[in-house]
Amino acid sequence: MIRFAELYNRLDSTTKTNEKIAAMVAYYAAADSADAAWATYFLSGNKLRRLVPTKLLRQWAAEEAGIPDWLFDESYHAVGDLAETLAMVVPPGKMEADLSLATWVEELLPIRELDEDKQRDAILDIWRKTPISIGPTNAASMRFVVMKLITGAFRVGVSKRLVTRAIAKQCGLSPDVISHRLMGNWEPTSKFYETLIDPDGPDASASQPYPFCLAHPIDLEAGPEPLGDSTEYFAEWKWDGIRGQLIRREGQTFIWSRGEELMENRWPEIESAAENIPDGCVLDGEILASLPDGEVLPFAQLQRRIARKKVGKKLLSEVPVVFRAFDLLEHEGADIRSETLESRRSKLESLLGEITHPNLRICDLVAGDSWDAWATIRETSRAKNAEGLMLKRKDGLYDVGRVRGTWWKWKIAPHTIDAVLIYAQKGHGKRASLFTDYTFALWDGDTLVPIAKAYSGLDDKEIRKVDQFVRKNTNDTFGPVRSVTPELVMEIAFEGLQRSTRHKSGIATRFPRIVRWRHDKQAKDANQLSDLLDLLPPD
Amino acid sequence: MPAFHQILETTPRGLYCPAGDFYVDPHYPVDRAVVTHAHTDHARWGCKRYLAAARSEHLLRMRMNDDAEFQFLDYGEAITIGGVRVSFHPAGHMLGSAQVRLELAGKVAVVGGDYKLGTDSTCHPWEPVPCHLFVTETTFGLPVYRWEPQQQTIDAINDWWRVERDAGKCCVLYGYAVGKSQRLIAGLDPSLGTIYTHGAVEKGNEAYRKTGVELPETTFVGSVDRKQDWSGSIVVAVPSAHHTPWMRKFGNVSTAMASGWMAVRGARRRRSVDRGFVMSDHVDWPTLLEAVELCDPEIVWATHGYSSVVARYLQEQGRNAEVIDSRSRADSESDETDSAGNEEDPE
Repeated sequence: MIRFAELYNRLDSTTKTNEKIAAMVAYYAAADSADAAWATYFLSGNKLRRLVPTKLLRQWAAEEAGIPDWLFDESYHAVGDLAETLAMVVPPGKMEADLSLATWVEELLPIRELDEDKQRDAILDIWRKTPISIGPTNAASMRFVVMKLITGAFRVGVSKRLVTRAIAKQCGLSPDVISHRLMGNWEPTSKFYETLIDPDGPDASASQPYPFCLAHPIDLEAGPEPLGDSTEYFAEWKWDGIRGQLIRREGQTFIWSRGEELMENRWPEIESAAENIPDGCVLDGEILASLPDGEVLPFAQLQRRIARKKVGKKLLSEVPVVFRAFDLLEHEGADIRSETLESRRSKLESLLGEITHPNLRICDLVAGDSWDAWATIRETSRAKNAEGLMLKRKDGLYDVGRVRGTWWKWKIAPHTIDAVLIYAQKGHGKRASLFTDYTFALWDGDTLVPIAKAYSGLDDKEIRKVDQFVRKNTNDTFGPVRSVTPELVMEIAFEGLQRSTRHKSGIATRFPRIVRWRHDKQAKDANQLSDLLDLLPPD
Repeated sequence: MPAFHQILETTPRGLYCPAGDFYVDPHYPVDRAVVTHAHTDHARWGCKRYLAAARSEHLLRMRMNDDAEFQFLDYGEAITIGGVRVSFHPAGHMLGSAQVRLELAGKVAVVGGDYKLGTDSTCHPWEPVPCHLFVTETTFGLPVYRWEPQQQTIDAINDWWRVERDAGKCCVLYGYAVGKSQRLIAGLDPSLGTIYTHGAVEKGNEAYRKTGVELPETTFVGSVDRKQDWSGSIVVAVPSAHHTPWMRKFGNVSTAMASGWMAVRGARRRRSVDRGFVMSDHVDWPTLLEAVELCDPEIVWATHGYSSVVARYLQEQGRNAEVIDSRSRADSESDETDSAGNEEDPE
């Protein structure tokens, strides 16, 4: 476990990709396949199902440290990370033996099934056999890493793509092969890891998806001209739905989300439509809420479906969905990702041309003979409930991950509004103990009505300035939230708006973020709530 | 409960002794200042008269206004001012740092200043002074702050230097100009390479050496040819030098910060240094409680940082404790904001 803690420290203490990969390669080189499997599992963002309720962990840590609950909470606010607080508050233990990562996990997993008293014993035992976590030394980080595993919050700033590259480098296989083998559901066993790095390893199981090809944003100021000749590109609408991969193999249908979640029973009408597709086909596309005549509904409608694991009859008829396929990755059982988009597209057209189904359609190309023509069409995106246009190179292969140059997203400029900062709260992680989480408000007559929370968009220097402002201008505190003098005005951008009965303002904003600090504006110059209501799409 | 208001009271200018008509660590220039140590948030520039512990003489004269009148007392030596018996006792925070003991009519108040209980070869260790009123700092007054033995941190720093030296890098170690830097330098292993210093650190070294503290040989960065090869050596610098053009000449560097704040991962990441070493000249949670037990006062006044947390905890433990942060809320919290590393000395 010390070695895994060391890996964690090395990954945590650098922002350089090469150093991160080097740290992982060194770990994989030394780890046995059982440890390597679990390391891969955690590094690529998976976590253990919750072992012990957080509330109990906090309670036991406070008891073990001999401090009252409120003091644990104060500590947590200062540290900004639960696992770290748990590791630091409890007095140091004494390490007896350095067990492997896999052994640790094997000992952790059964804790879930124990009754509360036995769970308590097990957790106390962990604290007593781990030294305290002070500073980033390896043995000391062990307890912290174990607490991360237990609280299910293991994140260390490596993408799955980076883990894939490290494994590929260590075992000498292509990253694309590793990436594909790591898709979908797998069990972190030593056998799995051995198969993963086996040069003669078997091909995918029936349900296994391909890694998604991701698009780069086009700089809105520069526009698409830098991409070159417009005739080398296809354009499609960029729909605002859920990216999905539809797999049809061995008479079965599997629909995966971009987060590699197998979405079972969530989209029954798409699953039944997929029965019309021959075996050995994999489609890439967007799941949208859409009426039978093809009209796309706002994302807010789709959200009603997303929230449900099982869909009732009423919702099925109110919010029908469609799978709009825009790419074909597998055809007649063969992986065709290395063919050009033009060729994949023509196969897709002939495949879906034979099927006319309201729940499974091809995503039409948007005709246009120049960048300017597409620019004009793009302006109509909002009316079509689209986010803009996608531009894809006709000769592009289906890349793994966000490879620059083949797919571009050309979104329409977001709505923006000038709002006043009224509440602030301390952040977490890197932003712990700084006021970084803000609530913004708009004027409704003489009162400020909160409309959005925004966390991102300011640089470190600006964050420090706002932090100082909050400390000097606090008028009231509600638990961790500070109410401040309404003075700072910021421009807030957001992706979409919908009516809401849960929000005081009657409106919910999607993905709000700070565009810039309006130093030139005073609170009274901020926008009115009515300005925001004017932006609402018509019912 | 006896009143201490003739010995010590809180005022907007800081702690004031009415009977003796002097301030202890005033926030603004005053006529007469009794000073616990030479950090500029305690020894305020511009006072007319300073009274401090003898071992802080060189540091104070270096940092305070020339036109001031200075008086120094050895640890334990006492004088009487307006009927108040005033003496200094080691605080273990840095060279010459002291607790100020004030006695009037059988009542004793101790202003702890900044202090720590751990090992530090560059200053006298903290001594408990039994008292009725104890003014304690609470910079790190949370149970998450718990320091390792100094040797463990020193070893880790020397290990880091050795590894980076072997990789051909120049190490840059950040610590406060006066106090932290000298404690670090005293722990560095000079057999590993040359120890260079930032100008402000070297001035601190001079004052330490003049006072009789032994430090390994150091070389002021500005005294050597800037084109020289810095790889393998270590540079001890002030934190504000991080990310400045001054750093460029050192070539390929590995940077580290030594501070109590480095105990928390968020603070380490915010500092954006390669390594964070946990080394503080303040009391951690267990030693803060230990100090209060040893002095066993009737009342505790808590100041700096987590004063309200510590006061509440002590109250729940059955002690009489109050928060005395006389500075504005925004100001007193800057200790917390400065978890980036501006630990002792906000200059």
